[in-house]
Amino acid sequence: MLRYISRRLLYMLVSLFLIVTATFFLMRAVPGGPFSGEKKLPPEIEKNLNEYYGLDRPWYNQYFDYLVSVAKWDFGPSFKYKGQTVNDLINEGFPVSFFLGMEALLLAVSIGILLGIIAALNHNKWPDYGAMVFAVLGISVPSFIMASALQYFLAIKLELFPVARWESLQHTVLPALALAATPMAFIARLTRSSMLEVLSNDYIRTAKAKGLSKGQITVKHAIRNALLPVVTYLGPLSAGVLTGSFVIEKIFGIPGLGSQFVLSISNRDYTTIMGVTVFYSILLLAAVLLVDIAYGFIDPRIKLAGGKKGE
Amino acid sequence: MKKRLSLLFSLMLILSLFLAACGGFNKKDEAGDNKAGDKKSNVPQELRVNIKTEPFSLHPGLANDSTSGTVLRQTFEGLTVIKDGKPQLAAAESYEVSDDLKTYTFKLRDAKWTNGDPVTAQDFEYAWKWALDPKNQSQYAYQLYYIKNGQAYNEGKAKADDVGVKAIDDKTLQVTLENPTPYFLELTAFYTYYPVNSKIAQKNPNWYKNAGPDYTSNGPFKMVSWEHNNKIVLEKNENYWDAKNVKLTKIDMAMVNDDNTELSMFNNGELDWAGMPTGQLPTDSLPQLKKEGKLHVQPIAGTYWLKFNTEKPPFNNVNIRKALTYAIDRKALVENVTKGEQIPAMAAVPPTMFPENKKGYFKDNDVEKAKEYLQKGLQELGLKDVKDLPPITYSFNTNDAHAKIAQAIQDMWKKNLGINVKLENAEWNVYIDKLHSGDYQVGRMGWLGDFNDPINFLELFRDKKGGNNDTNWENPKYKQLLIDSQKQSDPEKRKQMLKDAEAILMDELPVAPVYFYTNTWVQKDNLKGVEVSGLGDVQFRWAYFE
Amino acid sequence: MQQIPKEMFQPVRAELSEAEKISKPSLSYWKDVSIRFRKNKLAMFGLVILIILVFMAIFGPHMTKYDYATNDLMNTNQPPSAKHWFGTDDLGRDVFTRTWYGARISLFIGLAAALIDLCIGVIWGGIAGLRGGKTDEVMMRIADILWAVPYLLLVIILMVVLGQGLGTMILAMTITGWINMARIVRGQVLQLKNQEYVLAAQTLGANTSRIMFRHLIPNAMGPILVTLTLSIPSAIFTEAFLSYLGLGVPQPLASWGTMASEGVQALQYYPWRLFFPATFICLTIFAFNVVGDGLRDALDPRLRK
Repeated sequence: MLRYISRRLLYMLVSLFLIVTATFFLMRAVPGGPFSGEKKLPPEIEKNLNEYYGLDRPWYNQYFDYLVSVAKWDFGPSFKYKGQTVNDLINEGFPVSFFLGMEALLLAVSIGILLGIIAALNHNKWPDYGAMVFAVLGISVPSFIMASALQYFLAIKLELFPVARWESLQHTVLPALALAATPMAFIARLTRSSMLEVLSNDYIRTAKAKGLSKGQITVKHAIRNALLPVVTYLGPLSAGVLTGSFVIEKIFGIPGLGSQFVLSISNRDYTTIMGVTVFYSILLLAAVLLVDIAYGFIDPRIKLAGGKKGE
Repeated sequence: MKKRLSLLFSLMLILSLFLAACGGFNKKDEAGDNKAGDKKSNVPQELRVNIKTEPFSLHPGLANDSTSGTVLRQTFEGLTVIKDGKPQLAAAESYEVSDDLKTYTFKLRDAKWTNGDPVTAQDFEYAWKWALDPKNQSQYAYQLYYIKNGQAYNEGKAKADDVGVKAIDDKTLQVTLENPTPYFLELTAFYTYYPVNSKIAQKNPNWYKNAGPDYTSNGPFKMVSWEHNNKIVLEKNENYWDAKNVKLTKIDMAMVNDDNTELSMFNNGELDWAGMPTGQLPTDSLPQLKKEGKLHVQPIAGTYWLKFNTEKPPFNNVNIRKALTYAIDRKALVENVTKGEQIPAMAAVPPTMFPENKKGYFKDNDVEKAKEYLQKGLQELGLKDVKDLPPITYSFNTNDAHAKIAQAIQDMWKKNLGINVKLENAEWNVYIDKLHSGDYQVGRMGWLGDFNDPINFLELFRDKKGGNNDTNWENPKYKQLLIDSQKQSDPEKRKQMLKDAEAILMDELPVAPVYFYTNTWVQKDNLKGVEVSGLGDVQFRWAYFE
Repeated sequence: MQQIPKEMFQPVRAELSEAEKISKPSLSYWKDVSIRFRKNKLAMFGLVILIILVFMAIFGPHMTKYDYATNDLMNTNQPPSAKHWFGTDDLGRDVFTRTWYGARISLFIGLAAALIDLCIGVIWGGIAGLRGGKTDEVMMRIADILWAVPYLLLVIILMVVLGQGLGTMILAMTITGWINMARIVRGQVLQLKNQEYVLAAQTLGANTSRIMFRHLIPNAMGPILVTLTLSIPSAIFTEAFLSYLGLGVPQPLASWGTMASEGVQALQYYPWRLFFPATFICLTIFAFNVVGDGLRDALDPRLRK
């Protein structure tokens, strides 16, 4: 187990290196520089700036310097916000996105699994249809429409919540709901379909035959096995949700990392793009790793060691 | 297994509670709710506005964007300030100009920084030289190029001592200019010309990065809190020399970068002001707001135009350019597409500078003439029919409003002239690169005046390779008129020279003007005294709630 | 207890030949699937919706005298009426025409992207799961890296290099879209490949591709179909998201995504501009979902009643 994890960590490092490299060159391949503005800078000033940020040096120098600073976890100054470092931006933006993401994830997982189980246990009866229509609604509305609609009906029409900003717990409810809608629906559907599959298995029949109650069967046998696909989905999902959503952060005026990241790309804020990419990649890779480990715990049939073929 | 799962869930729960308790928020008292206090006599003098984004920098020498400008304009004060469209003395008490119009001597009034230090002439000298110092990477240093040797110093060709700004004593500032600059007092109201507390800046070079005791300013308000990407809070500066006339006690600046949200917040009583110049109203809301009588509209010094690349066929032909320019129905466009009561532009310089430009140099939507010019142009190019024209691409940067205008103009050209135009949009940085490098045929662009003088618009097209020309157009007569105008001390004669130049521009049409910008906003009814200048800058120092 | 006299019993005349006869007509697998699918009312409903949507996408734009691109600046933002069934947008264009014109584009993008995702995802995930070991490790890491590179950077580069257009759009969607499918397939294959019938097939000398396409993929069809029905909506969504960022199909083309992202700005003033495209996005996705569910249930022999 330990060997497996340490090997995976090594892979993570290699992946990270490749991601950094790929992003670095992609970023430089995109036309437009960080100092492009409506009013063009005099060439002398632009030259000065390029010198200051080291953009005038050969790419390999910049690239290796960058690798060194990533290793030191120092992403350098932001191009877009004078006086702030990329580390500052991450340290300020991520907790906000993370908090919101956690809130949304909790909502999504708890309600989603519950809906899925209810639907599966009442296969083809009205609770099934009800739960699925609800879930499908969650999937079928794009997030910017969902967010705007929630804002319009709950905040503007009913005045239940503030329209926007990040000030108190009350302010977080609408964005968390908007963020949770899609994953909740996904989880509900996944849970339902894998529950149905599990419920048709022989061991469930055995359990029924030996006289266990429906509740016991569900809890002891079905759920555990049915959650496997959900767990697979949860990895990338949680990394995606926790890193913040551009649309929702924009519409609700939330100072999170998600909107920051998208802005940094359109601003060509090179250091921020790289810093946040590295940060996100680590989160994502860690999430994938955790999922794979969790997989092994939940489903003993899967051998973690990545054993030899034909074993 | 069940245990493990429940453990996972409870862990998540605990984590989120923990976060709720300590992280995530900076607990601040809610801004005073003005909803209830509308009619009371002692209305809270607290203003809530939206500035959309994090400012680039709140160092006057580094700021290069309108958001930073909006904040700095409240917290700092230059030698002059623009009120009712004219520069008035602010930090300066009086000034003298030499006969050659090249030397200004300012006498400073007794004023204090927020920490109690006196504002001195040295603070101005320090600030300007700091911004010009090449090692400080100021992107707006060129705003100070009017000062003698300013450009040379910024390019490393002169020493700091050569720069034409000098503190004669604590209260006297002498400025020597490169050329006579008739609009210099307009410039001194601009934020790059603000002073910096030199005592603090020399001790702590990072003074400007956050709010705190070292962030000192000399304006009507002081910054008490700056949560990056979230909000800025200003409070009245009790040390300000004119503090008794500053009525607002607090300004809360939110950073919400969504037009619809901004207006909704206003409608819900979470903001006192929505729209320009600090934010933006959604275009679709304008007709309704107008109908309800809530919309405020003010023309500003800005022109929306289409640039033609005059080196690419068919736009190397002036008659083709004329045909396309005349075939735009500007009135229909501003009334039905942009909807902000923008003024149809048949001239380059906005009417805030040349009032007679409301009429312009040619007729709006002159389809007959356009067709004539098109025929003439086609002949000159040796083409028989419109269909033989090389394919035309209209470029714009990705944005709903620009996309709408592009589609409307595309349709007008098709209906009026039978020309098929392809639309192409690109993300801002890509777009601006294309434009600056001449890789386009027709492209939209807007110009908002930096200072209140026509030269700011006209000098864009002075040099073919000038930074913001983009059209590759140049005209020796035009160029000479602009150069001569700088030396002309008689304002009337100077104006005529500039008008002559504009006439040349509007005859050759390297750009097709579309409309003059306006500022549109909504505000609380009881909010008074907010000053929006002709350049579209906002001052809250005279604002108050009734 | 009442006695039943023996005489009341009568032996059934059992024809030996009939004993083994199956009274129910024999069904092929696909016939069975189609019967069970048709029994699923919700799924049939979804199918009908899809057929109607496709029909309207083909014929809708021709039902009016309006063109999707021609402006009518004198009649902007008109509410639905007899003249303009779905109202007009802010350039006075007929929303009905644009909606169905947009349906063509959105449905095409969704289907094309989903099919490409399916092909790449099944092959990639299948090989990774089946081979296991080093191959699996390398292939999944490649997927991870692609997943982690900032998506928007990729899209912007694509747009700049290839220019805006439908092809670019589909490419932008599939460039990372297949990864999810690959992950699901791999997970399924990992789960299934240790089962006895695979072992049996291996013992019998079946080669890898046979095992994969004859044994693993059909058994994993459920989750693959579910993922597929979800990846059509997610492609339609990505299109909407990119439109929201202004990276959608070039103007004046219409797609549901561009219409909705413009309409959402007008939600409070001209709600019909959001209502129609949004409703059809929802309907489409709803339909794909219930059809997918129905298919899943019908394809899975274990759910047979």
